[in-house]
Amino acid sequence: MQQILNFILKNSHKLLFLLLLIIALSLTIQAHSYHKSKVISSANFLAGGVYEQMNAVSEYFSLKERNQELAIENARLKSLLFNSADTAALKLPDTIKGVKKVNVILSKVIHNSFNVPENYLTLNSGSKQGVKSDMGVINDLGIVGIVEKVSPNYATVQSILNIKSKINAKFKKSDHFGTLIWNGKNTGYAQLIDVPRLAQIKKGDTIVTGADSKIFPENIGIGTIYKIYIDDQTNYYTLDVKLFNDMTSLGHVYIIKTKDREEILQIEQETAQPNEQ
Amino acid sequence: MNSNVLFNTARFILLLAAQILIFNNIQFWGYLNPYPYVLFILLYPVNGNKNSLLAASFLLGLLIDMFTNSGGVHAAASVTLAYVRPAFFRFAFGVSYEYQTIKINDRLTPERFSFILVSVTTHHLILFVLETFRFSFFWNILLRTVFSTLFTIVLCIIIIHLFKPSKR
Repeated sequence: MQQILNFILKNSHKLLFLLLLIIALSLTIQAHSYHKSKVISSANFLAGGVYEQMNAVSEYFSLKERNQELAIENARLKSLLFNSADTAALKLPDTIKGVKKVNVILSKVIHNSFNVPENYLTLNSGSKQGVKSDMGVINDLGIVGIVEKVSPNYATVQSILNIKSKINAKFKKSDHFGTLIWNGKNTGYAQLIDVPRLAQIKKGDTIVTGADSKIFPENIGIGTIYKIYIDDQTNYYTLDVKLFNDMTSLGHVYIIKTKDREEILQIEQETAQPNEQ
Repeated sequence: MNSNVLFNTARFILLLAAQILIFNNIQFWGYLNPYPYVLFILLYPVNGNKNSLLAASFLLGLLIDMFTNSGGVHAAASVTLAYVRPAFFRFAFGVSYEYQTIKINDRLTPERFSFILVSVTTHHLILFVLETFRFSFFWNILLRTVFSTLFTIVLCIIIIHLFKPSKR
């Protein structure tokens, strides 16, 4: 016993180093390996509060652009409103018995990151406003990311500029779909993989979110095809997609709350289970 | 001794705040950030308590990780730097460094510069390897390490010169 104590006291520096290094490495590995297992994140009182104060100062520098964006969005919505043929006969496609399938929560990006392979944003709304993890985040131009972790007042978002991100996407004109990923290189471009060679595509085609996604509603803009790579070994295309959004400058965003998500997930899980006899 | 503790606590808080509020938002060329918070580890007294340096470095790194959503990357890099610091002292100032009164925050000499260079390079290499965590980004890691190291060293030297303690 005496010897063990002596050993610990003599090597306390080394042991403390090893202990702290192991803690830090396990946090790192956890953050890289699993979805939603981040032990520490900026969705907490301290980091969220600091970022909110910082944003309160810095948002004055971009007020002009934000106003411009909102005005353009308003004009687009107005033109939709004035051009709808007959409001009396209008049938909203995603409405059943007056129940809306999608709710939208307004939020603001208070911290943005785009300089590492795994990028996260911080938003200034949390569970008090009804935000839950795995909700989609969009803005007026297109998709932004998926909510990862939520605290009472803040939420972190896995940006589409994150090499762990995988989002179902399709072509606007045909219904061929693929998976949107990011290769960690350029902040203006994402990659669409697993697109079947049957699909008729050309440069400039629009990519939107697919119907297979339980997080985003269908037909939300993502970007346009910028470059087409043909792989001779497989029957799939890989495409470079130029994003509609400038991910380095984000202001107000909308959090999408799809009401059917749990129901779809549940029924899919039940189907996947083997039948009992 | 007491003023030393106070001094280091103030340095800890100031460098943490500066890192989060200013230096994390520089994004030079879109992705380069300097990390001058390593100054806390470099400027810690040579004969100070080693275990408290380890603990403080870990805490500093962990707080920065919390703000940047990066798991434990900064904590691991900082703790490692704090642990190998005596070896770097020996490398830069010679074997008997403990008997000299080394002060890093003073006029820039080749010894001091080589100490800062080795320390910052080590820290940044560990940081970017863990942050990226994929071998396919090898050249990217190397490039970022080189440029961020240059950036951090320049900033460290500027900060040291700005806040040089007044001469008695």
